[in-house]
Amino acid sequence: MREKIIIGLAAFSGALLAWNMNTIFTALPDELNQGAIYRIIYFHVPANILGMLGFGLGMLLSIGYLVTKDLRYDALAASVTEVSLVFASIGLATGSIWARIIWGVWWAWDYRLTSWLVCWLIFGGYLMLRRAIDEPNQRARFAAVISVLGSVNAYISYMSIKWWTTQHPQPVLTIRDGGGMAPGMEAPIYWNLLALACFSAILVMVRTRQEAIANEIDTLRRMAHAQ
Amino acid sequence: MFLRQVWTIAAKDLHSELRTKEAWNASIAFTIVILLLFSFAFDPSSEQIREFSGGLLWMTYAFAGALVLNRSFARELQNDCLDALIASPVSSAALFTGKAFANFALLFAVEAVSLPVFVLFYNVPLGPAQFGPMLLVMVLGTWALTVIGTLFSALTVNLRLRELMLPTLVYPMMIPALISAMTITTNVLASNPAGFGLRFLVGFDIIFTMLALVFVDTVLVG
Repeated sequence: MREKIIIGLAAFSGALLAWNMNTIFTALPDELNQGAIYRIIYFHVPANILGMLGFGLGMLLSIGYLVTKDLRYDALAASVTEVSLVFASIGLATGSIWARIIWGVWWAWDYRLTSWLVCWLIFGGYLMLRRAIDEPNQRARFAAVISVLGSVNAYISYMSIKWWTTQHPQPVLTIRDGGGMAPGMEAPIYWNLLALACFSAILVMVRTRQEAIANEIDTLRRMAHAQ
Repeated sequence: MFLRQVWTIAAKDLHSELRTKEAWNASIAFTIVILLLFSFAFDPSSEQIREFSGGLLWMTYAFAGALVLNRSFARELQNDCLDALIASPVSSAALFTGKAFANFALLFAVEAVSLPVFVLFYNVPLGPAQFGPMLLVMVLGTWALTVIGTLFSALTVNLRLRELMLPTLVYPMMIPALISAMTITTNVLASNPAGFGLRFLVGFDIIFTMLALVFVDTVLVG
């Protein structure tokens, strides 16, 4: 059943991505001021949305672990956070490429960029911490605490373009009081978000399974040592 | 009852620090070395110094803070004192708050000593008019450093890579507070209004104090 869901999701997100590529690269015209490079927004924005939502979801799952002490929540939280970190990296990298073309520099130290990099560092630390602790319950507890504290920073990053004047563009999506895009140009962002969300769901499912197997091996090893 | 426990823990920590002066000596010496090293990074007599004086000061404090905070729970490892403290009838929240107050007092003392050195070395304009706002931002900023640092000191105390994990985890977490403390300090020294940073720092202090109090039991006891 699990394999069937994964294959189904993969087929759906693959087809949707192909269709999106066609829309983005052949159907849509260049943007008036930015030219061709604006198309990076179709990956930059969905990747960052998934990264940010993933950190939030990781926080909820971590709280779930702290309340129930069920290690399955922890495995899921770890998988979601790891996949979110990959999407946050994609977001940072695509943003940097765009900045090189539009601003002329790879990086600017404004609040949005800095706070998102801080988040990336915190959740990188989360994964490092997980590797430094062997005992599963202690690892889950400590990781959960970092996840909740780190999510406060994810929220700061989300709000940073409102709270401070940033070089990073203001919101453009209509779902976040933006609405700065021409008709027809905004929809592919949401379609790409859906495709990448399905893709990330596949990654999370594979990663959670791996985590569960790792836990099982760990338990068996402990039992073998105890004999 | 809670306050008495907090006071007992804080007094115990400060007493043992006053006797050994381990963290105090190390952080004061370290702060002066850092202030000296900064002078090679740029021209300390230039006018620009006013623009990044806040940043320099808080970087020095953050580094000194790591020295103080790293010792906070690590010193309890000898003779299994930490286990004894956890087993004692003091709640985790009281233990944490007591330690946080002791760390705050210690770090604030280090800052109070290094601030005149900084003003002297870098010719920073700190007059009576700036003194009040400067004190406020030092209290708020130091509390942010302390509350995060103390929680992570408790979290990393039993890890095998403690010295590596503490700075890797704690500095990114402190950055938002440090940024706002830096901008407020620069504004205060330039006699400008503190701006949004002050509200942000107060909010940061409140949120992270709450979270630390909620999670300290999870971290120490499980």
